[in-house]
Amino acid sequence: MSFVKLSASAIVIAAVSATAATARDQVQVAGSSTVLPYASIVAEAFGENFDFPTPVVESGGSSAGLKRFCEGLGENTIDVANASRRIKDTEIAKCAENGVTDVIEVRIGYDGIVFASDIQGAAFEFTPTDWFLALSGEVLVDGAMVANTAKTWAEVNPSFPAQPIQAFIPGTKHGTREVFEDQVILAGCDATGAFDVLLQAAAGDTAKARKKAAEKSCISLRTDGRSVDIDGDYTETLARIESNENGIGVFGLAFYENNTDKLQVATMSGVVPSSESISTGEYPVSRPLFFYVKKAHIGVIPGLKDYIEFFISDEVAGPDGPLAEYGLVADPELENIQEAVSDEITIGGNS
Amino acid sequence: MSNHSLSKHRGSLLTQSSNTKKRNAAETRFKAYGMAAIAFSFLMLAILVTTIFSKGMGAFQQTFITLEVELLEKKLDKKGNRTLADLKKISTFGYAPLIKSAVGSKVEELSINTALKPKQLLGILSKGAAAQLRDFVIANPDRIGETIQFRFLTSSRVDGYLKGRVTRESIKNDKSISPEQLDLVDLFITAGVIEKTFNIDFIIGADASDQRPEAAGMGVAMLGSLSMMLVVLALALPIGVGASIYLEEFAPKNWISDIIEVNISNLAAVPSIVFGILGLAVFINYMHLPMSAPLVGGLVLTLMTLPTIIISTRAALSAVPPSIRDAALGIGASRMQAVFHHVLPLAAPGILTGTILGLAQALGETAPLLLIGMVGFIASNAPDSLASGLMSPNSAMPAQIYEWAKRADPAFYERAWGGIILLLIFLVTMNAVAVILRRRFERRW
Repeated sequence: MSFVKLSASAIVIAAVSATAATARDQVQVAGSSTVLPYASIVAEAFGENFDFPTPVVESGGSSAGLKRFCEGLGENTIDVANASRRIKDTEIAKCAENGVTDVIEVRIGYDGIVFASDIQGAAFEFTPTDWFLALSGEVLVDGAMVANTAKTWAEVNPSFPAQPIQAFIPGTKHGTREVFEDQVILAGCDATGAFDVLLQAAAGDTAKARKKAAEKSCISLRTDGRSVDIDGDYTETLARIESNENGIGVFGLAFYENNTDKLQVATMSGVVPSSESISTGEYPVSRPLFFYVKKAHIGVIPGLKDYIEFFISDEVAGPDGPLAEYGLVADPELENIQEAVSDEITIGGNS
Repeated sequence: MSNHSLSKHRGSLLTQSSNTKKRNAAETRFKAYGMAAIAFSFLMLAILVTTIFSKGMGAFQQTFITLEVELLEKKLDKKGNRTLADLKKISTFGYAPLIKSAVGSKVEELSINTALKPKQLLGILSKGAAAQLRDFVIANPDRIGETIQFRFLTSSRVDGYLKGRVTRESIKNDKSISPEQLDLVDLFITAGVIEKTFNIDFIIGADASDQRPEAAGMGVAMLGSLSMMLVVLALALPIGVGASIYLEEFAPKNWISDIIEVNISNLAAVPSIVFGILGLAVFINYMHLPMSAPLVGGLVLTLMTLPTIIISTRAALSAVPPSIRDAALGIGASRMQAVFHHVLPLAAPGILTGTILGLAQALGETAPLLLIGMVGFIASNAPDSLASGLMSPNSAMPAQIYEWAKRADPAFYERAWGGIILLLIFLVTMNAVAVILRRRFERRW
């Protein structure tokens, strides 16, 4: 019966898997879902312009990507990790533990984080203070920290409409959340004076520990449902806003620019987010995007060096390149980065 | 008292007693509930199918623009020696000016007055146009210098405009397209330069990056699914059938076989994500098989499908009456001969049906694939052989749909629905084959 044939083919497959597992001819990339669109644009153009196969770009988040990156060297591990934040010292240590010692850091540009609401709803002009007062767990009233009871935006800032507060912010596994906390909530905490009060009350032996404790209480958001963590992608945030017209969500600039028919963007401290206002630093909420490369893989994986050089070349990552067109804010110091990459300068110094 | 109850139950054939009436009414009500339930499920099905088709049919059509491009020698081959190495040095960025001037001359030819700058003229075309041109030149270096007619994809916004998704109202804040560009598109449509036609590339093409949803296709992901199904078929069928023959025909019935039986039923109910984590831990981290490879996907889905196949195969085997076995044994066949010559052929339709349904279930599975790296920008190279189909990174149909649904450009959303249509066609076909096999070959005793 075909039973025998099928068993035979199963053995063939097992044999194929044993032999083919030794050769890999394309670059493998994983990491941040914010960097994924840019990386896929570069990978596609790379496949078209070079004789190497198109690199494979997986998503999964900055932390997950760096974790896989640090698993070790060899063809069975990824070559490049995309990240929407800088690699942490603990991650560098973990890498070194597994033999991944020479890591090249490449900054590809900047990504703006924007606040957008339903296009039919009211327009907003935010400051970090507004966001702190709206979402913080505790606010400063008459010199003491009390639980936040604001129900509408008008209670936060009299110039806003009396629209119920409903914010959709990135979940804690996203790199975007950290930027939101550092550059919006913490800034608002500082501006309202709550930070100083918290610092007075903070426990800790050193000044550094007290500062850290105060920052931590600053960014602890209210948990009464006014602020909802979105663990999925921006498409999920968009769906939430479409079903709840009072919702205000946090998006990447590129995502907003692709959905201008459904979303209206809010200004932050009086600046409209755009590639220009982010590159000049006027718009306050932005962060650099990176990718990390294993130096030991250069020369082993065909096309790896070509891929990273192509990624940051002027025609790709420059201000007129396809990445900028999609929403990346080009790095003003691109030239230095190109130089560092061609010299293969690793984290911690030498080439 | 007894008199009273007697009179209450005294009935006639012509008039129903209140008790009978009550029972009949209950039955009528129950039938109505049943019909309502069926009507409700049909309504839901109808809503589902109409939503899928109304949202997804657009993906099967695409907008194209026909242009005559002059392949200028001074741009493409300055030395004029037509060597491949020199031609390949011109990147896709170097081809953009040729397309710009091709759109420009089309505008002149139709004597259209437009204030659009060359860069904006280029904006109505797909970013993939330059790559298409470059591929042509590298394949046909001898045609440099000629003017050749090309059919390019338009950008996703222009395509959306022809499909009614993009309107002048909706692009008010859009940086990617302007109303003036749409005016030009309108004139091009009247002149027959831009037209919307059936797009085979959606079915056979590869995935495209976030910037060109108009070029994205399902073909490579389909090959990925096909490779996985081959692995599942080659492994799950022999192992599953072998295991069930042993359990059903040879294994002694004791507490061990009872435990095995209970566990197989339990395995069939284990959520598929569990098999994904298992696959990551065993096949990738321990056995060092490559990430994102359909082989690993196939192995994970094999584990998931095995219990389904074992259960249906055992049911098919036990449905063969014992008299067949007894007759075979009675004329001197060994137990193995009895099983392989008589029982198995009679059970084959049932086994096949179970296998096909198991495969169909595996085909639609997404969760385990998330963990073994089959989601992302992966399905970009069509495999060139069976080995590379199994080993080189690829996606699968449901994973590709999931990936498209996540992307920022709304044009990908339409493609995700289109992908669902393709996936449904596969599933319906497989289920139909299973039904036909059962109808034609099933025997009842």
